[in-house]
Amino acid sequence: MKPTDFKDPEYYHKVVDCQHACPAHTPVPEYIRQIAAGDYTSAYMINWDSNVFPGVLGRTCDRPCEPACRRGRVEEEPVAICRLKRVAADNKNADDVKALMPKGPFKSNGKKVALVGAGPASLTVARDLAPIGYEIHLFDELKAGGGFMRSQIPSFRLPEQVLNDEVNYILDLGIKQHFNHYVKSLKDLLAQDYDAVFVGSGAPLGRDLPDLPGRKEGGANIHIGINWLASVAFEHTSKIGKKVIVLGGGNTAMDCCRTSRRLGGEEVKVIVRSPFAEMKASPWEKEDAIHEDIPIIDNHVPKSFVVENGKLKGMMFEKVQAVYENGKRKLVPVGGPDVFFEADDVLCAIGQENSFPWIERDIAIEFDKWNMPVVNETTFQSTNKKVFFGGDAAFGPKNVITAVAHGHQAAISMHLFCMGMDLVADRPAPHVNLMHMKMGIHEWAYDSEVEPDLRYAVPQADKKLTLSNRMKEVELGFNLETGFKEAQRCLNCDVQTVFTESKCIECDACMDICPTACITFTENVETEEEMRKTLKAPATNLTQDILVSDLLPGTKRVMVKDENVCLHCGLCAERCPTSAWDMQKFFYNVTKAGKICQEPVLK
Amino acid sequence: MTYVRPKFRHPELPKNKLGYTLSYYEGALSTLCAGCGHDSISAAIVQSCYEMDIEPHKVAKLSGIGCSSKTPAYFLSNSHGFNSVHGRMPSVATGAYMANRDLIYFGVSGDGDTASIGMGQFVHAVRRNLKMVYVVMNNGCYGLTKGQDSATADLGSKSKAGSVNPFEGIDLCGLALELGANFVAQSFSGDKHQLTPLIKAAINHNGFALINVISPCVTFNNNPGSTKSYDYVRQHIQTTGMADFVPIAETIEANYNEGTHKKIQMHDGSFLTLNKLAQDWDPTDRMSAVNALHASRAKHEVLTGLIYLNAQGKDLHNVLNSAATPLNTLKEDVLCPGNDALKGINEEMR
Repeated sequence: MKPTDFKDPEYYHKVVDCQHACPAHTPVPEYIRQIAAGDYTSAYMINWDSNVFPGVLGRTCDRPCEPACRRGRVEEEPVAICRLKRVAADNKNADDVKALMPKGPFKSNGKKVALVGAGPASLTVARDLAPIGYEIHLFDELKAGGGFMRSQIPSFRLPEQVLNDEVNYILDLGIKQHFNHYVKSLKDLLAQDYDAVFVGSGAPLGRDLPDLPGRKEGGANIHIGINWLASVAFEHTSKIGKKVIVLGGGNTAMDCCRTSRRLGGEEVKVIVRSPFAEMKASPWEKEDAIHEDIPIIDNHVPKSFVVENGKLKGMMFEKVQAVYENGKRKLVPVGGPDVFFEADDVLCAIGQENSFPWIERDIAIEFDKWNMPVVNETTFQSTNKKVFFGGDAAFGPKNVITAVAHGHQAAISMHLFCMGMDLVADRPAPHVNLMHMKMGIHEWAYDSEVEPDLRYAVPQADKKLTLSNRMKEVELGFNLETGFKEAQRCLNCDVQTVFTESKCIECDACMDICPTACITFTENVETEEEMRKTLKAPATNLTQDILVSDLLPGTKRVMVKDENVCLHCGLCAERCPTSAWDMQKFFYNVTKAGKICQEPVLK
Repeated sequence: MTYVRPKFRHPELPKNKLGYTLSYYEGALSTLCAGCGHDSISAAIVQSCYEMDIEPHKVAKLSGIGCSSKTPAYFLSNSHGFNSVHGRMPSVATGAYMANRDLIYFGVSGDGDTASIGMGQFVHAVRRNLKMVYVVMNNGCYGLTKGQDSATADLGSKSKAGSVNPFEGIDLCGLALELGANFVAQSFSGDKHQLTPLIKAAINHNGFALINVISPCVTFNNNPGSTKSYDYVRQHIQTTGMADFVPIAETIEANYNEGTHKKIQMHDGSFLTLNKLAQDWDPTDRMSAVNALHASRAKHEVLTGLIYLNAQGKDLHNVLNSAATPLNTLKEDVLCPGNDALKGINEEMR
């Protein structure tokens, strides 16, 4: 095999599993170390730079980082990354944070952009572009910014104050706000003097069951989940019937059922077509729903709404089971009579869709056969070069952190576009840095000891209290002591094991000491497949790279390291007599639009 | 600051027949210098015991004093151990072996512990043919007292401070052959591929098995001019042949060739197969082995691999014809024939 090219920043980036899995590539281990050090403000700012809404995400993120966390491969559970983020957000010094953020008024660069929708994607674009001199006009039909973070996420999961703070950090950058302003025509907007337009209007259309018998007759008590949640958030709705059925198995369904419990719903149940294990909702959200006495009934397909005398009485369901053919799932009826469940109200949380009635089809924006705009996946530019998309509006409904990642990239594209540069060729490379961690004998600039503690649970407020008050946050967050302990579980995967073959004397010390049998010295072979079989412990996780050295000076063998379960404990470097192994902190940060004009490398 | 070994292990570590993973055979974290050859030998012992499905509580580790003699703390934590007086490990081993012939004995010693202060003890352990594995972790210097030349330092070898050794080094393998040892091997700590099968064969050997392992001292004897440095040994290493230990139950692999391979049957029916690299040497002939050692010495080579094996020798218990049951388990009812028997004997004397 050829030696691994670890000079390619993507090699080590991939080793930092959490950061790699995060759509915005937040430098997770870096901020977790700051939390352990008690520097919550720095931890917050690392997050803020990368994901813009640390307080929101620390409570509500879909956390793609956690299933990726290396800790989950060496013991039972990953580090509670998401809730550690909240520790940083809750304990930051508000004044210090404000002082570290860019402060207007900024010197104008003479460019003007419009952002449609004030959700996470648009707000991210605003934050990235405002400090470099753009005049930013933000449009939203609602009365406040935040988009779905405000209208969809219930206050018992995300207190309004937390959201307001983080939205205001951005609005305070001198954003021209046009709230309560529904953009009716993109054509009109483009006719104005904007240099670029960003569409971050989300996926605002909740799916319905229009053809199900009884839908019309029972209409008064049948609601679309996301609309209903919004109406609760803006206090147009304050109660619901005692018996509630929530249809759907996603996170919106979980929010609907839990909100119902707080608005008078006594017998609330979630009824879903798929098997429990395959529901789209995050496991922890399902747990929280069950904890609030909400049964989740799976394998039931809705057949009809039962309406008597113009009043909704309940719903009929057909029982099914999942059958798998060629990897595809089919729901097959199990036979037997249909099942009736009583309900005063039904909430449909069966998905949401994009809808662009306000975008004319004759303004050079191409739409595909699913009626979605054609958007470049790297630049987020549409076929109309002036119009950019991001968040749910770009590729369909995802989540907040994905919207933020889109926002950063769209902001870069819009800046390059406005400066007349190439959107692909001139795209900035990520900021990377490798730094020695050795301080002396047995001393490292990071806490190399691997704590054996199991994952700590986040404490919750008393159920009696939370169910009686919609605004009362359920999760209390880690206190500082538990936050520290949880932070110590982080394996510091960004502190890389860097190998220099010319220094190696092949004493085998690293191979002997490695607790997880990652290192092997062996004859070189042709293919990676072969190599993976010859290692000290089987390297069966193909999603994880193996690091192969050049031929070693002594025996012409190679050093091979399987990155899979490396604990980054530094023992290889600790036991290396010649520093052929070195622990080096790898810092990787996605370059934001604001950095482009400061970096002279660019034309 | 100190450092600790994390608790976590590779989740897919294979298990041996006893259901143990390699980690069950580990010891405490080594306090030897980083890169010490001794740690590598410890790892080879761990690997051998794991592969041979040995129950750790059936092993006794014995050592004297020195860097080498610290190593029993760093492997087989679940085994018996005795860290004895400097150079006196063979006496303790003799006593232990006489009392309990059922354990596997690992004597771990260094060049000082064996060739200097312990020489008088070592030679008797060889000639009495104790059934034990005697590993010499040989680095040619007194590492624990800052690297003075030891008795195995080669003539002309340069120390870290620059002085040249004016004395002939003691060749422990040659000495053991002279004293009638039936299993003599030499190896290099930097070559586990060779060392591990040798340790396995030595464990299986029915008698005294010497493995002299060149084990560089990274701190005091890894300098240019030293004949026990990693670089020097790698440049001058010559191998008698690659050994492969085949337990009784397994069949020898197909690519066995009578011309280049030699198969030596051990006392219990297991085999040691050798891929012979040196064609003019016969590992079952003591004269040939002595010649091979001398020839390589004249060429300034470090001869490694199995040097000599006589699988038919008698170990101490067989020589003494002692009871098959370990003496420490013989109770009074077996040991004392009783008053009637005594009376009978006394009658015979009258």
